[in-house]
Amino acid sequence: MSSQPVSVKGSGGAGGAPLRMLWPFALALAVAAFMHFVVGPNFNGTVVQVLLFAGINITLAVSLTMVNGFTGQFSIGHAGFMAVGGYVAGGLVYYLSARFFDSPQIAFHGGILSAGADYRPDPDHPLPLLSRGDLIMIGSCLAGGLVAAGAGYVVGLPTLRLRGDYLAIVTLGFGEIVRVIFQGTGPQVLFTKAQEMRDTPLHQLAWKLGGAQGFNFIPIYATLFWVFLLASITVAAALRLKYSSPGRAMISIREDEVAAQAMGVNVTRYKVRAFVLASFFAGLAGALAALSIGQMNASAYGFIKSFDFIIMIVLGGMGSISGAVLAATVLTILPEALRQFDSYRMIAYALLLIIIMILRPQGLFGIREVWELGPVRRLLARAGRGGSAA
Amino acid sequence: MRPMLTRRAVTRSALTLLLASATVFSLGACKGKGKGKEDATGPIKIGHYASMTGSEATFGRSTDNGIKLAVEEQNAKGGVKGRKISLITYDNQGKPDETVTAVTRLIDSDKVVALLGEVASSRSLAGGPVAQRKGVPMISPSSTNPDVTAIGDMIFRVCFIDEFQGKAGAKFILEDLKLKRGATLYNRAQAYSSGLNGFFVDAFKAMGGEIVTQQAFSDGDNDFGAQLAAIRDAGVDFIYVPGYYTEVVNIAGQARRLGLTIPLIGGDGWDSAELANAGDALNNCYFTNHYSHEDQRPEVQAFVKKYQSTYGSVPDGLAALGYDAAMLLFDAMERAPSLDGKDLAGAIAATKGFAGVTGSITIDANRNAAKSIVVLEVVNGAPKFRANVNVGP
Amino acid sequence: MSSFLQTLIDGVTVGGLYALIALGYTMVYGILKFINFAHSDIFTLGAWMTLTIAGWLGVQAGGGATGPAAWYVGVGVLVLTMVFVGVVGFVIERLAYRPLRQAPKLNVLITAIGVSLFLQNFGQLKFIFGTDPAPTPLLLPGVTLFSVGGVSIQLVDVAVIGTSLVLMLGMEVLIFRTRMGSAMRAVSFSTRNASLMGINVDKVISFTFVIGAMLAAAAGFLYTLKYPGQLKQTADGMWVMLGLKAFVAAVVGGIGNVRGAVLGGLLIGLIEYLSVAYLKSEYRDAYVFAILILVLLFRPEGILGRATVEKV
Repeated sequence: MSSQPVSVKGSGGAGGAPLRMLWPFALALAVAAFMHFVVGPNFNGTVVQVLLFAGINITLAVSLTMVNGFTGQFSIGHAGFMAVGGYVAGGLVYYLSARFFDSPQIAFHGGILSAGADYRPDPDHPLPLLSRGDLIMIGSCLAGGLVAAGAGYVVGLPTLRLRGDYLAIVTLGFGEIVRVIFQGTGPQVLFTKAQEMRDTPLHQLAWKLGGAQGFNFIPIYATLFWVFLLASITVAAALRLKYSSPGRAMISIREDEVAAQAMGVNVTRYKVRAFVLASFFAGLAGALAALSIGQMNASAYGFIKSFDFIIMIVLGGMGSISGAVLAATVLTILPEALRQFDSYRMIAYALLLIIIMILRPQGLFGIREVWELGPVRRLLARAGRGGSAA
Repeated sequence: MRPMLTRRAVTRSALTLLLASATVFSLGACKGKGKGKEDATGPIKIGHYASMTGSEATFGRSTDNGIKLAVEEQNAKGGVKGRKISLITYDNQGKPDETVTAVTRLIDSDKVVALLGEVASSRSLAGGPVAQRKGVPMISPSSTNPDVTAIGDMIFRVCFIDEFQGKAGAKFILEDLKLKRGATLYNRAQAYSSGLNGFFVDAFKAMGGEIVTQQAFSDGDNDFGAQLAAIRDAGVDFIYVPGYYTEVVNIAGQARRLGLTIPLIGGDGWDSAELANAGDALNNCYFTNHYSHEDQRPEVQAFVKKYQSTYGSVPDGLAALGYDAAMLLFDAMERAPSLDGKDLAGAIAATKGFAGVTGSITIDANRNAAKSIVVLEVVNGAPKFRANVNVGP
Repeated sequence: MSSFLQTLIDGVTVGGLYALIALGYTMVYGILKFINFAHSDIFTLGAWMTLTIAGWLGVQAGGGATGPAAWYVGVGVLVLTMVFVGVVGFVIERLAYRPLRQAPKLNVLITAIGVSLFLQNFGQLKFIFGTDPAPTPLLLPGVTLFSVGGVSIQLVDVAVIGTSLVLMLGMEVLIFRTRMGSAMRAVSFSTRNASLMGINVDKVISFTFVIGAMLAAAAGFLYTLKYPGQLKQTADGMWVMLGLKAFVAAVVGGIGNVRGAVLGGLLIGLIEYLSVAYLKSEYRDAYVFAILILVLLFRPEGILGRATVEKV
């Protein structure tokens, strides 16, 4: 860790703080808008769909980096938090839409930001920038994230005393229990039964999440805008965390827990914080996944799904945020590119995984970020000099 | 966390995202852009999405075999509207997100005019909304869950629905077998099994029968001893097992070993050549199904013969339904004024009395297929025709 | 009372299977300190190879008319399966795990996941096992040996419990009474010290993998006896779940501890069967994982495990 080339000094001036607080959000908005208004309309639906999943996977991989990469805890229950967020958000959007929009069909009521790539503008009925449907969707997603964070706290507090592999096993058990619980929920009230939907109180609807049948007909709100807004915010948050003093405390836990404790780091508190934060983002990503597939099915969120994200962060390099972003992107596209090979594609994928682990055990970037790699740094330095000269 | 975003940090974030987008574009660019109409001179493309790998692969493969046979046959006859048919099949590994991507790719990249799929209702419910949104008709060969066609006016099916099948099973047990006290054993983690269980229990009770106990198991269980012991202690006349043949064979074996000799009765999930794996354990057992390969109608015998010579096995119900779904689609294509989504959907909806392998198919107002149902009896692992059951809609 | 005894017998039988698989998890963990997630697929391979080898030997499947094979054919199938799967275990260790001896634990874990994915999908290929379920061979007649108080003891149960007992006793002798066993214990205590003492660590690790794979293969063989009918394809969730429960058994007993694995296997088998019989049966997986979490919270090192104190 001593070789960390980047050191961000203190807090900077107090006056500039609010403005600086807003910077990452402005940047995230810009990225999201670019993806939505420039990329979306100019690419074919398949590319857009794959990008949607790539964005969701980026969020999940980067949030898992906060736990596995920063504090060195090994969680294999990430899909469980994703499922919690997805069910909460999907259920809320579905049932709230039924309450607020008096139409027989639970349809999409989003604005221009939630209109998918198929949307063709209609001059007579222009979509608003933010509609009531969008607000319901945003609220539901945040609720999904918060409930997932709460679950993270409940699981994290007692179990984070455990070390390494044992924590891994507990998170695995948690994920499986979440799956069993959601499979035990009651049948979904379909939109065809509008009367029943109106008459049932909301707290009863909360348990009608479809059980084994899965929860279907969730309106599709997830677009490149929302997905990449979330992905960019997650990346920005992770980056700031990594180079902040809490982040350094977390990394010190990863390097040597006993030493960190001796230096006065409150190990449990930082572990729980990282865990809750990661669960929050995982819940949000799960919410957007539900809103892009239109379906929640607990059986798709077992520990095999959690492995997907672990593979991404190990491949990118544990603790490297840009590595996680890159690996998540590549690993989402790779199976799609291999689709023609039918039954051989998962074999190829498995072999690739083994070979990469053997040939490059530290992952693509190790703990370093892409701009900290030798060649890129030299390039940046040159550009920086050129910029200041001009 | 204190705010400490320097210019450098901004550069970093920007660079990270730039890197990601660069990767995406380099990989995505080869797919090109454009939403042009489908090419009107080459072969007509139709898409099939199915689980060709994963734990339900066997269903996907059967259906795909049936569809391939239909495509070959149609092309040998000169295709549709003078053009050949070309079939594109994508594997979704039995996963919902893969299903969404596969369907999107079939529609947006491959520009298929119509879709066939899926067997499992939960995946039809994931793929269907995409087809509906993009205005491409989809025919599910064998999703029996009633909700599937509720997706919208682009979604059809050629099989009966579970409610109908549950009723038929109940009626057969009460009137034909004359049994009144029963138990059920179903997979609570599986949409098909738990759905059909509910429909059967409701129908059986409404017709005056009695269900003494409903036992459940979960995905991945292969030991049904405890549930079967409870059923044995309840002293019933039959067990309704709405599951797939992958489970039923083992359930039957364990039941017989426990000394339970009462009949097991199930639904179309049983239908497979693999029932032979049960040996004589499934004797005196019955299931409701889409068709019987012993049916002497010429359509059925021609199909069975062709299937056997191509794949070397007796076609199961899924293969027959895949074949029917494709043939019904070709029929509608021929009748449709154009291959545009709306026109084609209209032509499919207007299908009346289509003579399929699985019986005469009429698409009703809810885009479901009104058809007959057969009950098969398992004799030494081979399903034999037992009865036709007619229940009101 | 009779159904209680029946549940106990079932629990012990399945517990024996869990124990055999758990031994593989625990030995690898004891030596290499990593969770071998591909172990459940080795068990699957064992079950499918039983079926394949029995087919080569001409044993009738499922509902065959000629009746069960002679007892020595069954033993032959068991031995051949164990040898074949042992060789596969050796090859996997040599090609996939040995190059990673110095790498972080997590990498080895990912590699294990890769191996697991590979085995699952390779088995699905048409010319390997295919995607359809296949009938199990008829290796034992389904006869009841005797009945005590309404409980029927079947030949299958005796064969399964007997074979697992023999194998477990064999393990006990191997680990605590032979030179190789001392070497294994030494490597598990400290790899570096062991190599300084002149032990060929690579050889010991290879040996451990082969033994673990052979025990899993035996478990696969016994599984086809206990659950006749058909085997589901290699990627089916049931295999993973069985492996996972065996892994839970290893952890509950104290991972890295050979006797703990046996104890844990029996315990998990009994708890699972008793809870299925007397609580809501569809939550059986949840019970097992709840037990796991409870044990980890109150005795993280497992029942027979040794607590490790980190030195500064």
